[in-house]
Amino acid sequence: MNDFPWLTTLVVLPLLGAVAVMALPRTKGERAATQSDLPQQVALGVSLLTFGVAVVTAFQFDTDASGFQLEETHNWIEAFGAHYALGVDGLGLVLVLLTVILTPVVILASWRDGDRGRWSVNSFFAWMLALEGLAIGTFAATDVFLFYVLFEATLIPIYFLIGGFGGARRSYAAIKFLIFSLLGGLVMLASVVGLYAESAGSDGGPTYLLEELAPIMAAADTDVARWLFVGFFIAFAMKAPMFPVHTWLPDAADEATPGTSVLLVSVLDKIGTFGMIRFCLGLFPEASEWATPVVLVLAVISILYGGLVAIGQRSIPRLIAYTSVSHFGFIVLGIFVMNSQGHVGATLYMFNHGLSTGVLFLVTGFLIARRGSRMIPDFGGVQTVAPVLAGIFLVGGLSSLSLPGLSPFVSEFLVMTGAFVHNWWYAVFAVFGIVLAALYILLMYQRTMTGPVRPGVEGVRDLGVREVAAMAPLLVLIIGLGFFPKPLLDVIEPSVETTLTTVGAEDPAPDVTEADVHAGGSDEEAHAE
Amino acid sequence: MNISLSEAAPVVSPTSGDGVLSLLWLIPALPALGALVILVLGNRRTSPWAHWLGTATVALSFLIGLVAFFQLLGRDESDRSVGQHLWTWFEAGSFTVDLGILYDPLSSLFVLLITGVGSLIHLYSVGYMAHDAARARFFGYLNLFVAAMLVLVLSDGYLGVFLGWEGVGLASYLLIGFWHHKPTAATAAKKAFVVNRVGDMGMVLATTLMFATFGTVSFEGVSELASGASQTTLNILALLLLLAACGKSAQVPLQSWLLDAMEGPTPVSALIHAATMVTAGVYLVVRSNFIYELTEVGRTAVVIVGAVTLLAGAIIGCAKDDIKKALAGSTMSQIGYMMLAAGLGVAGYAFAIFHLLTHGFFKANMFLGAGSVMHAMDDDVNMRHYGALQKAVPVTFLTFAMGYLAIIGFPGFSGFWSKDKIIETAFGESLWIGLAALAGAGITAFYMTRLMIMTFLGRKRWEPGVHPHESPKVMTIPLIVLAALSVLGGVLLLGDWIVDWLTPVVGHAEHHELPLPVIAYTLIVVAVVAVGVAVAWLLVAKRDIPREAPQKVSFVTRAARADLYGDAANEALLMRPGNNLVEGLVTFDDDYVDGVVDGTGSAAIGMSGTFRRIQTGYVRSYALSVFAGALLVVLALLAVNLG
Repeated sequence: MNDFPWLTTLVVLPLLGAVAVMALPRTKGERAATQSDLPQQVALGVSLLTFGVAVVTAFQFDTDASGFQLEETHNWIEAFGAHYALGVDGLGLVLVLLTVILTPVVILASWRDGDRGRWSVNSFFAWMLALEGLAIGTFAATDVFLFYVLFEATLIPIYFLIGGFGGARRSYAAIKFLIFSLLGGLVMLASVVGLYAESAGSDGGPTYLLEELAPIMAAADTDVARWLFVGFFIAFAMKAPMFPVHTWLPDAADEATPGTSVLLVSVLDKIGTFGMIRFCLGLFPEASEWATPVVLVLAVISILYGGLVAIGQRSIPRLIAYTSVSHFGFIVLGIFVMNSQGHVGATLYMFNHGLSTGVLFLVTGFLIARRGSRMIPDFGGVQTVAPVLAGIFLVGGLSSLSLPGLSPFVSEFLVMTGAFVHNWWYAVFAVFGIVLAALYILLMYQRTMTGPVRPGVEGVRDLGVREVAAMAPLLVLIIGLGFFPKPLLDVIEPSVETTLTTVGAEDPAPDVTEADVHAGGSDEEAHAE
Repeated sequence: MNISLSEAAPVVSPTSGDGVLSLLWLIPALPALGALVILVLGNRRTSPWAHWLGTATVALSFLIGLVAFFQLLGRDESDRSVGQHLWTWFEAGSFTVDLGILYDPLSSLFVLLITGVGSLIHLYSVGYMAHDAARARFFGYLNLFVAAMLVLVLSDGYLGVFLGWEGVGLASYLLIGFWHHKPTAATAAKKAFVVNRVGDMGMVLATTLMFATFGTVSFEGVSELASGASQTTLNILALLLLLAACGKSAQVPLQSWLLDAMEGPTPVSALIHAATMVTAGVYLVVRSNFIYELTEVGRTAVVIVGAVTLLAGAIIGCAKDDIKKALAGSTMSQIGYMMLAAGLGVAGYAFAIFHLLTHGFFKANMFLGAGSVMHAMDDDVNMRHYGALQKAVPVTFLTFAMGYLAIIGFPGFSGFWSKDKIIETAFGESLWIGLAALAGAGITAFYMTRLMIMTFLGRKRWEPGVHPHESPKVMTIPLIVLAALSVLGGVLLLGDWIVDWLTPVVGHAEHHELPLPVIAYTLIVVAVVAVGVAVAWLLVAKRDIPREAPQKVSFVTRAARADLYGDAANEALLMRPGNNLVEGLVTFDDDYVDGVVDGTGSAAIGMSGTFRRIQTGYVRSYALSVFAGALLVVLALLAVNLG
């Protein structure tokens, strides 16, 4: 069974699905709602099939082993040393799982969101499937060149999803997103080229395979490695997004359909933090240590800045986008504190943030579509007319503020622990993030959901069966993983160990051990007796 | 200091349990199940039976708790700490966090209080909420609260406590804002949660500091290793835990949310904001005795917080015309007493818990009584509109009177024993602390007498059209039971039972050397209480009570009406600067951070605009640009390759 190309299947299946959806009779425009829902149905079917294959794949994964698994390696462009090489470790697998869970949910939730686009309904769902396949490929790539190509390729579907199906200023948002991403990509390209130059000069000739590059880079000149690190880091920081290169995200989230925002923030942005672990730490351990103080300060600024600016937003999607800036700050903090707690927390955070932000974007999307406005002051009293919607919104919000018992708590707490162990100052600043989170979530909840029913809100229907069905899996995961995160942690732990070994970081021992107490206490005890 | 430090705090070392003691997990699980069923199925589907399901689950937990308590009673003193590992919550590196139960003399008392008073309040709510369309949802939240509170007191480590801690915070948020259509309720709910989050920062930092120092956050591990930590670490740990406790227990400076929390339905005020949740901070300090025993700084801080709050709450209570807010001020004040006792260390822990229990009885009693009065008065809470209600609601009046006598410390009633012990111990610590506690007792007597007179005695000042009537049995029976407990709660002190019972958890102190004989303190306290009652009688009962609050009042009254300017201080020091910061940052983000981007990007956007005019919206153009990008990559690689 293990010779079967599981990961390639996971990449190709949605891409073929996208082609199939385009091949169906086109439905478009105002009449779309009365025409057949075949594109949606096929897209949902393909995404569910992909989910099924991913679950089978996950069972092939051995949680006791370290390093990449389910590997497939083929030469691609020998002149550059580029390979078609896929493989997953715990980090990659967790993000692949996030992608295959969120895609069907998003398709189901976005059932009618492709109706009023610039292009056909078919293309809306085809791009979503294409995005799924490319994202899975990005998380599974074990060749830097392949990663880079897929990293850039993911821009195409998301560009069309924002630019073709978004709100009034969708063109502005789409182009802003594209320019940011291309700029980031360009910076990374320089580093990718630089890697080639390094590896071409080595004994084995040019290679982009991670496993072969790591030892080459370990022997490379410190300055060169640092420059290459900076290139990768800037690209990933723009993707993540971190302060101060975050401003494309609020605009994109404001204009995109809710489903697109989920795919963008919950899945694609994770490529940024995924890349930091896989490439920045994996290839440039010394440079990562060197950059740690600056990155940690930026991470803490992102946490606080994102939270504060979120509080001041009047548009719901923009607000959620800024909360993500804060959350990504936590993830980056966890990565660069370079200890087990931080890394396990950060990896788990990537998954949990996908769930909580997914719920928030989708459920507010339902609300915005009903009211025809995304501005917070236009709402009020929704809980009275749509209690189920309000309830799900609250659960999503509480998970976003990391309430214990919901899955994001475990990851945020582990990141805080990691930060404290690394240097308690970071934890002391970051901890204010938990107060800001309570403020931005509960203020939004208060202003939109409570109080008397505002004019324009009376007609808001509660969620229908399809919408509840779309949210249910996320809610079950959020609550279930809140109490039993062990299965995911078991997957994550070995890859964290590998990364930390690469970086050469060791967890500090606690200050006080049993030996201290008994050695120090024995005299006193004897004295007391 | 008379407290002997030679005897270190007991180390938590649970043994395994059998019989009912292996079924302890059911105690929180039953109400949790109730909450799950009601909240998932929804208000409409469960409304015919949700209230009975909710009441039954809590009552069942009480029965299990009662059997378990007697099992524990039957065990040897050294064997009264039962542990049960449930599952490993999470682990990362060397950090393992288990969820498990610690059932010992301390938690056993809390279980009885929470499920016992909880059952009574559930029962009362069946009647009180009978006409609310969302009664099922109410019981769902109430069950959620009980479950979370039980997790809080039964957990065997700090993160388990934190799980319950935030769970009760959530339930409190949901129940304060239960009537969500009222903007005041929604605001109060949010305020409670946010203020508590400030306290939670203390909890998060304390637990992370514990991990960094001891490598564990379990009570067992921390209590064993605490003596090895540096003094600075212990001081900081104690202060961080105190910050958390201040949030949950509405102690100064995080007290401001409790008065607003009275927006919630009255049974909520009784259960959550009087009898149980707000005492969680006291529980945390007492449970952490193995830390506080090692830090003089920490204990002193607890004492100061307690003393300040007990006076502040009492003063606020004197000026309130809203019956629930007067009681809320009183709750702050009484928890201040408990805090103060907990800060006195080994000598005080048991008395803190003793007062916590008796307060749970009499304050729940009085809050439910207030609810019964409101029920009679068409939900009016203004005591200036009450008066002469003793005949209209006789059962409520009599039961309330028992609570009243208990709280002011009338000799023989439960509050007399518990408060007297705290004041006495406070004098043992320092004259000033003792005097503060004593003054508090006098003020308590004043404001409670004022409340009694304004509500039940004097002349009728009712609103037109109000026809007070006694509440139904489902409401008065809980009142009667709680009244009985308010009277008899003092039996816990018989033969120093509660002190001995808690000794395995909190240690045992040598008796204080007091400057005066014990009976002298008791007499002084009784005398001060009598003065307080007399002053209230002269100032309130002997005068006419205007239906409108007089505006020409002293500075002190004005300050007390304004909650001693707690909100004003928050507003000036935190909210306004905070708002300015947020607004400034939003502008900064839009104009500068994003402005730079738009500025540099505008050229490119302009270019693409031209580009689009040529090939409007054609997929071809995008494909072309992507292709051009790919070409660029290949060219770059070739250039390096060739070079």
